[in-house]
Amino acid sequence: MSEGEVSVVPAGSQPMIQVRGLTKTYHVGDVEVPALRGVDLDIARGEFVAIVGASGSGKSTLFHILGGLTPPTSGTVVIDGKDLASMTNKQRTDLRKTTVGFVFQKYNLLPTLSAEDNIRIVEYIGGRSTKFTPEFEEVLKLLGITDRMKHKPRALSGGQQQRVAIARGIVNKPAILLADEPTGNLDSQNSAAVLGVIKDLNQRTGQTILMITHDPEAASYASRTVHIRDGRIV
Amino acid sequence: MLNKLIFANLTHRPVRTLLSVLAIAVEVTMILTLVGVSHGTLDSTAERARGVGADIVVRPPNSSVMSSLSSAPISDKYVAWLMQQPHVALATGVAIQSLTFPDSITGIDFASFNKMSGGFTYDSGGDPADDNDIAIDKYYAAQKHVQVGSTLNLVNHDWHVAGIFEGGKLTRICVKLSALQTLTGNPGHVTVIYGKLDDPKLAQQVVDDLKTKLPSYPIYTMEELTSMYSVSNIGMLKDFIGVVIGVAVIVGFIVVFMAMYTAVLERTREIGIIKAVGGGSGLVLNILLRETLLLALLGTVLGIVLTYGTQWMMQHSVPASLVQETVYYWWPIAGAIAIVGAMLGAVVPGIKAVQQDVTEALSYE
Repeated sequence: MSEGEVSVVPAGSQPMIQVRGLTKTYHVGDVEVPALRGVDLDIARGEFVAIVGASGSGKSTLFHILGGLTPPTSGTVVIDGKDLASMTNKQRTDLRKTTVGFVFQKYNLLPTLSAEDNIRIVEYIGGRSTKFTPEFEEVLKLLGITDRMKHKPRALSGGQQQRVAIARGIVNKPAILLADEPTGNLDSQNSAAVLGVIKDLNQRTGQTILMITHDPEAASYASRTVHIRDGRIV
Repeated sequence: MLNKLIFANLTHRPVRTLLSVLAIAVEVTMILTLVGVSHGTLDSTAERARGVGADIVVRPPNSSVMSSLSSAPISDKYVAWLMQQPHVALATGVAIQSLTFPDSITGIDFASFNKMSGGFTYDSGGDPADDNDIAIDKYYAAQKHVQVGSTLNLVNHDWHVAGIFEGGKLTRICVKLSALQTLTGNPGHVTVIYGKLDDPKLAQQVVDDLKTKLPSYPIYTMEELTSMYSVSNIGMLKDFIGVVIGVAVIVGFIVVFMAMYTAVLERTREIGIIKAVGGGSGLVLNILLRETLLLALLGTVLGIVLTYGTQWMMQHSVPASLVQETVYYWWPIAGAIAIVGAMLGAVVPGIKAVQQDVTEALSYE
């Protein structure tokens, strides 16, 4: 395979996410800090999986690698048939544009844009029309934010901001939606509402969802729970 | 969509945006004002020279068109001599004494000057009749807050204001030729001699002829003389404009550099978000450069508007000393200078933004 070329694995019966022997080592000064020590993981198309682990277990590192935000040190990561390990920075950027959607703990909405424009800009970056389809309008109704779309993030509650972030994460119809502690900044009522929406989204649209959390109660909404400790799946 | 984001970013920090635009505007105003004053002062000098009504001009030996004249080295016998030359219908000599830059006082032989130019058009009063009389144009009168009957001290002499005239002919301040010659201790001498021909079309021929007779004297047709009153003929002024433009570019660079650097630092997380959702380095750079371009364009427009303000201020505070013109063809030049300075200022912040690690940017507080 020539440099810069993405290796594509035929989809067929392949899982949506296939991770083999994944390691990630950070260099802090002269010290090597292993964050992932050989992770193997398969997630099927349409699955809603929770990765549960304590702080420092490596779950956020796994999230960053699966999302193409940072490269792995070794191992293979295949998402929707695309091998991330061999990708260049630009190819990882393209992956984030088309294949992966994100939901962050701190919502990460652009504060200068309205909720609607926060979603549209992702459509724009993804090279799609910025006009919402009727199908997506239905998703907005499901998320319960249709009447808040003209508001800027500062005028929205945490729960509303997270629901806008979920809408933003799936607007380009990514193969997977990665959610990193989506309820970490929410109270229990809003947490339940957001998790309910994520579960509903998975069941109604078949969206593959991988949620990182340290909270077993949040993980209970997923169809499968995977535990991670000291950089390994246990 | 991108423009919407850029506009939202700029309006999100209105004070910073306003200060950046204002700084770029000052840069543009600085350039346009200097250019406007240079052109205006030279054009008004040319206009006053044409207002004499002469066809040819004899200037002192070793003087150049742009050198300031403040002595009277030409014997006034040459005035009579010039009158006797072929095709010369009328000649008049004037003495010039420099005052505080850029003003000067001119001694005039009113009899011959009035014949040649048609005389000054007075708003009040008339030609100086006495050796202590002085006539000034309305701009100088406004600047000095004087009127007919007031006393004006110039060249250590108290003058009685005898007349206030419309501008546009020869000088702003004039007295009788004999009075100035006596006051400056240079009787019988003039600084410049103007000649009117019986046929203006023969001006070049007459000048060529006079040059053979007075080889050491710079002699010009009026058309040639006034065409030389341009910025490009004054090396020092050209250099000065160059220096001001250089300073302006540096000012624009620093202002935009600081504004954009702060913006990039402040928006670290937002840049991380854009990168996380698939925005590449090109898009991040594109956003910053478009913001900079918008700042520079707004600054240019405001700078042009402010230039009218400086023009108004000069007209009302120093109407006789500095004349500022609106030099339209310099608008795009000043705009381009502002844009270049601003874009240079955005390069380093842009590179910083592009190089930001996504995961670090997303965790930035």
